[in-house]
Amino acid sequence: MILPALAFYLFAAVLVLSGMLVITARNPVHSVLFLILAFFNAAGLFVLIGAEFVAMILVIVYVGAVAVLFLFVVMMLDINFQELRKGFLRYLPAGLAVGAALLAELGLVISGWVYAGPADSVRAAPTPESVGNAQALGDLLYTQYAYVFEASGLVLLVAMIGAIVLTLRSRKGTRRQVIADQVSRRRDDVVAVVKVRTGEGV
Amino acid sequence: MADFLALHLGLPLAGATLLAIILKILVITVPLLIAMAMMTYMERKVLAAIQLRQGPILVGPFGLLQPFADGLKLLTKETIIPAGANRAVFLIAPMLTFIMALIAWAVIPFGEGLVLSDLNVGVLYLFAISSLGVYGIIMSGWASNSKYAFLGGLRSAAQMVSYEVSIGFVIITVLLCVGSLNLSDIVRAQSHVWFCIPLFPMFVVFFISALAETNRAPFDLPEGESELVGGFHTEYSAMTFALFFLGEYISMLLMSGMTSVLFLGGWQPFPFLGFIPGPLNLIIKILLLMFVFIWVRGTLPRYRYDQLMRLGWKVFLPFSLIWVILTAGFLVYFDKLPH
Repeated sequence: MILPALAFYLFAAVLVLSGMLVITARNPVHSVLFLILAFFNAAGLFVLIGAEFVAMILVIVYVGAVAVLFLFVVMMLDINFQELRKGFLRYLPAGLAVGAALLAELGLVISGWVYAGPADSVRAAPTPESVGNAQALGDLLYTQYAYVFEASGLVLLVAMIGAIVLTLRSRKGTRRQVIADQVSRRRDDVVAVVKVRTGEGV
Repeated sequence: MADFLALHLGLPLAGATLLAIILKILVITVPLLIAMAMMTYMERKVLAAIQLRQGPILVGPFGLLQPFADGLKLLTKETIIPAGANRAVFLIAPMLTFIMALIAWAVIPFGEGLVLSDLNVGVLYLFAISSLGVYGIIMSGWASNSKYAFLGGLRSAAQMVSYEVSIGFVIITVLLCVGSLNLSDIVRAQSHVWFCIPLFPMFVVFFISALAETNRAPFDLPEGESELVGGFHTEYSAMTFALFFLGEYISMLLMSGMTSVLFLGGWQPFPFLGFIPGPLNLIIKILLLMFVFIWVRGTLPRYRYDQLMRLGWKVFLPFSLIWVILTAGFLVYFDKLPH
């Protein structure tokens, strides 16, 4: 079949290209938009290998939620590009050195990598024919890996509470609506009927 | 259909398959666009009736051709791109809104087997596409380089992300009762009773969240004209504006379609009205929900922004979460989980 191959190369090429553009685009908002394009193409690749559930979750979580918040923050940044590019030449050697060190480390790791033959037998089996994608994933997560799954949920919960604690502060002078106060207000508390004589005032 | 085309037109099978798919897409999108045009007419007529006016009456019989006159007017006007705008993003944003509203219709089942693409993860696809609608708005707000548009875009992004959370939980309750992510399966599961009866609170939460998700009154803060001029489409004119307008109405139709499929039994017939053919049932349900959309707009004043956020996060989210737990507990306790 030539069509899946064509689709694969299209998705892969756009994915790599937009990945490159994420780090080379001058405008940070364009960077985020290219990142979203990259997520989309990754989702397309997942669909091609038959993992449609993972593809949809990727789009919903990363594109629909995470990237929206990224874009939200990046849009409000007021960056002076000239200022940002000022020290470029001065820091270039240091940056190159870090990059070279990482490349060398990667090279060392990959050159020492040996294919473990027995690992083939314990590799996760592909989705069985009879059950759907979501069901196969659910079976695995909620039975075999239930504890690990719950633990990761707890870690996320702790992170969420931490984020709320760190950012929640009550500033003085802000006016907030307290619904209970409004509802429990009585006529007698706020309205007074007075008889005012003409020319005397209250 | 592909076989039929291959036989009668003498095409190779691959070409016939492609032609069949294109024809099916046209069969969905062309009526959709006409329906959208008539929706603007219906909105103006219903609002006029609510406000004791006549609405459009001059163009064509009963003013029926008014939407087409409006469309032609927008088509012939000049597209103005502000000097400070980011041109590419400015032009992509309305197209994105329009395309996102259209491609979601690929998985809506119009009848038994009458669906363009019977995806196994249809609900997730719909959810993903509807959560992408925010990009058109947020991009247009940023690219316009105007403070009103920008504020509108920011408001809309926060609002849509907030209400998606409760929509997600509502969808989960439905999925718990069906046991499948396929939209046709969801409709089939409602052959005895529509989900709006056992899951009535979730139906209400879903519909209100749909109002917020489509930026409709009383949640139309992203374009609140009393504060933000025109919100995110302040700087748009002519066809780019028309694309936003089209996108908004088609996503309203889509949300009505989603509500019908999830809660009102999709193509399942109305009680005592079994003679109506399947697709027509769905269309009638969508029309009824669209009427409610307009009715709400004509009746309720706009929410304040903090009230909107409070409703989303402090009322709907805990409520739908509790309802998910209740539904799951009920299904497990009475051993009614679908397999």
